[in-house]
Amino acid sequence: MSVELRSKDEIRAEKRKNRTGIYLISPGLLVLTLFFALPVVVLLAMSLYVKPPGAEIGEFVPGFELSNYATVLSAYWPELLRSFWFALIATVLALLIGFPMAYLVAVRLRERTLLQGILLVLLIAPFFSSFILRTQAWKQILADEGFIAQSLKFIAILPPDGHLTATPFAVVAGLTYNFLPFMVLPIYANLGRLDTRLLEASADLYASPITSFTKVTLPMSAPGIFAGTLLTFIPAAGDYVNSALLGNNRDTTMIGQVIDSRFFRVIDYPGASALSFILMISILILVTIYIRRFGTKELM
Amino acid sequence: MKNIGRWLIPVIGGAAFIYLLVPIAYIFVFSFNDGGRANLQWQGFTLDNWLNPCGAPAVCESLVHSLQIGVVATVIATALGTGIAIGLVRYKFRFRKLTDVLIILPLATPEVVLGASLLAQFLNLGWELGYTTIVIAHVVFCMSFVIVTVRARVSSLDSRLEEAAADLYASPRAAFWKITFPLLLPGIVAAALLSFAMSFDDFIITNFNSGSFQTFPKFIYVSATRGIPPQANVIGSAMFIVALLVVIIGQVISYRRKKQLENA
Amino acid sequence: MTTLAERTTSTVSAGADLHLSGISKRFASFSAVEDLELLVPSGTFFALLGPSGCGKSTTLRMIAGLEAPSEGSISIGGQDVTALPSHRRPVNTVFQSYALFPHMSVLENVAFGLKRKKDKQAMDKAKAGLELVELSHLANRKPAQLSGGQQQRVALARALVNRPQVLLLDEPLGALDMKLRRQMQLELKKIQTEVGLTFIHVTHDQEEAMTMADVVAVMNGGRIEQMGPPRELYELPRTAFVANFLGKSNLMRGTVTGESEGMLSVNVASHTILLPVSRAVQTSGEVVLGVRPEKITIDRVAVAGDNQLSGTVIDVSFTGTTTEYLVEVEQVGPIGTFSQNRGQQPAQEGDTVFLAWDAEHSFGLAGDESVNAGVES
Repeated sequence: MSVELRSKDEIRAEKRKNRTGIYLISPGLLVLTLFFALPVVVLLAMSLYVKPPGAEIGEFVPGFELSNYATVLSAYWPELLRSFWFALIATVLALLIGFPMAYLVAVRLRERTLLQGILLVLLIAPFFSSFILRTQAWKQILADEGFIAQSLKFIAILPPDGHLTATPFAVVAGLTYNFLPFMVLPIYANLGRLDTRLLEASADLYASPITSFTKVTLPMSAPGIFAGTLLTFIPAAGDYVNSALLGNNRDTTMIGQVIDSRFFRVIDYPGASALSFILMISILILVTIYIRRFGTKELM
Repeated sequence: MKNIGRWLIPVIGGAAFIYLLVPIAYIFVFSFNDGGRANLQWQGFTLDNWLNPCGAPAVCESLVHSLQIGVVATVIATALGTGIAIGLVRYKFRFRKLTDVLIILPLATPEVVLGASLLAQFLNLGWELGYTTIVIAHVVFCMSFVIVTVRARVSSLDSRLEEAAADLYASPRAAFWKITFPLLLPGIVAAALLSFAMSFDDFIITNFNSGSFQTFPKFIYVSATRGIPPQANVIGSAMFIVALLVVIIGQVISYRRKKQLENA
Repeated sequence: MTTLAERTTSTVSAGADLHLSGISKRFASFSAVEDLELLVPSGTFFALLGPSGCGKSTTLRMIAGLEAPSEGSISIGGQDVTALPSHRRPVNTVFQSYALFPHMSVLENVAFGLKRKKDKQAMDKAKAGLELVELSHLANRKPAQLSGGQQQRVALARALVNRPQVLLLDEPLGALDMKLRRQMQLELKKIQTEVGLTFIHVTHDQEEAMTMADVVAVMNGGRIEQMGPPRELYELPRTAFVANFLGKSNLMRGTVTGESEGMLSVNVASHTILLPVSRAVQTSGEVVLGVRPEKITIDRVAVAGDNQLSGTVIDVSFTGTTTEYLVEVEQVGPIGTFSQNRGQQPAQEGDTVFLAWDAEHSFGLAGDESVNAGVES
């Protein structure tokens, strides 16, 4: 087809426009490059540092010690797997709890604006009360001498010497709790746009409520579910506040705790860096597979 | 089956809301505890904590730090992120794919890795950890959220409105300030609020890059083992109430506007 | 509506000539407008008519300065504006989507252009503009609170108050329902007559173009097929596209066999059809011969007329005032026509009928034309 011919003015205008674009983007891009991209490279480099013979604690020199990876993997693979396992359970639970919440607020209460507004406020508000304070509150609520543990013991669901805290249950519950709003809000945003007349149309075309749900509601809220699961899984996998406060024993240690302690207690920078890098790459791989499998274009 | 759906959703949803609010209620109740420093057991009702929230000095000091960092990091992240969001949607340029990756990647990176890599960078540069390094770290992780939020708004903005402005004698600058910016403002404000909330509440990244500098979440985490002073509960509850009021006011305004529309 | 002249006697500015010369617009993968030559005299209500994708909207956007032509120049009132950015052109547009600013009140929307031009009386003029379109009572509403017709009128007022030399209308009535559309057509025409501006109206609705415009240009594939007053275009189309897009036509293929007294004899499937030389694009060889349906008389007995055909009724539809027929003429194809319902017994499907029309209603097109060009499916 014909080649595009442009006047000088047009080319000049285009250039000017492009220059505006560059002015807009450059500062932020610079920050992301210097303090995100570059640090990741530094992290990678540091994960290969070696400890010279007779060095003091915390003294390392640049090197190419691939065995750092083997060392930390063989020592900490259970924590790594546990992190993904806990994050997965928490994500599924958050979805199971979060979807009805989002549906309730977005669809069921659509006509009742005031109630809808109040519940929406309650959904957003936890963002503004300290996350650690709330986790600590759970710890105290679930404490051995607390009301819930005592009642469970009284009705013999919990054995007399049983605990609620310092268990995988408490950690997963904490993760689910803390990332629940990240699951609910994207689904809410999606369901908020769901046209309920589609459900009527579906019912009119002989679909049972369950069929309507699986064939209409679910597919239409898929982008929200997709975003919500990612926003829950990724931070949950790297979290260590819940496992530290609600768990804090060998059965509940997550990889974040290990990285933290290798950096600050053991002062093993290469090991900690290697673990961080492994965590980052594993999540990227999992997320990529997930996006390939279920992803929609709308997200990116 | 239809009936099950009828009550199942309100029941699960309702229970979930209780689940969401129980710890907040607990924090609120225990902000009135006359429990001294530990605040683990209910010792009796008092208003002292509310009347004197700085009774435990470390609480207030760390709170002020967190507020400062939150504001500074939010202003920077919102400004830079908004620029990128507009630039990405509206302008063509090279390395677009790479830029996209650079924006999405921080969102797909757990905080512990972000924190660790920045720490590695700061150690490498020999920078002293403290206020500045925390602000930088917060700007980085808040910026991606700002970009995603504002970009959605820019994409949904009808570019024909800007054409209409140009057609009505508005220079590009006037068109931006009179049309584009006001229409993006709700998105930018939402992004800034989100950014502030995330910065204020961040623990993991901060913990890696703060050295001995105390922030509010860090203070609570550190004191969690020996008991958090009830004044911290006062702060937590007060923040929640303020946030609640802000969101409620926002809701009332949009509710009124909606009503107005319906009556028109 | 009260006349505009009563309110703005001092500021009536006549429109200006619009001249497009050699305008082309090529995009990366296709060419939207090709070598367009157009002169619209001042004060004309000019319609650009064509199917979607014919280049009419691109042409409009180039006049507005929202798109730069790849070649050629645009001048308004003798001044070359090709290099001027949109906001410096004495042109305003009523957009198809209206493009009202959602965050501003109706009044602020209307005052927008005047304020940009630093007009001291911006607010007063905007109020007068709203009065013109009878929306003063809604001045403080937001656009979202208005109906489609009201939004359209705000968009019109917003463009008109600036007294542009040329007002562009980009299918501004497309979103309105039929009744409102007719009403707005009349109002628009009236306003144009009152203010005397040059209006360029882009539309794909041929009826709208014909009722409103002084001059209609039919566009197809980036070119103007034919231009002229609506009646002239309708009565004497020069291309098959115009014949079919503007109203309906019966087109048939034939060969010119002779000429006498200014009449061509055309052999159409062994029938001799007369065609005035003055109405033929081509006067020898293969031609396409056309006649408008309403020019044909239909009856069950032979009727008087220069040109005669007969065939079998294959479709009858009753529309109230008329009955439409489709008559299959052997070797010629289906011919459409209709008759007024004046109490006569209509022909039935399968009946043999006779068709006739006067020679001066025939028109002749080039023989290489497709008889289906511009038929709306």
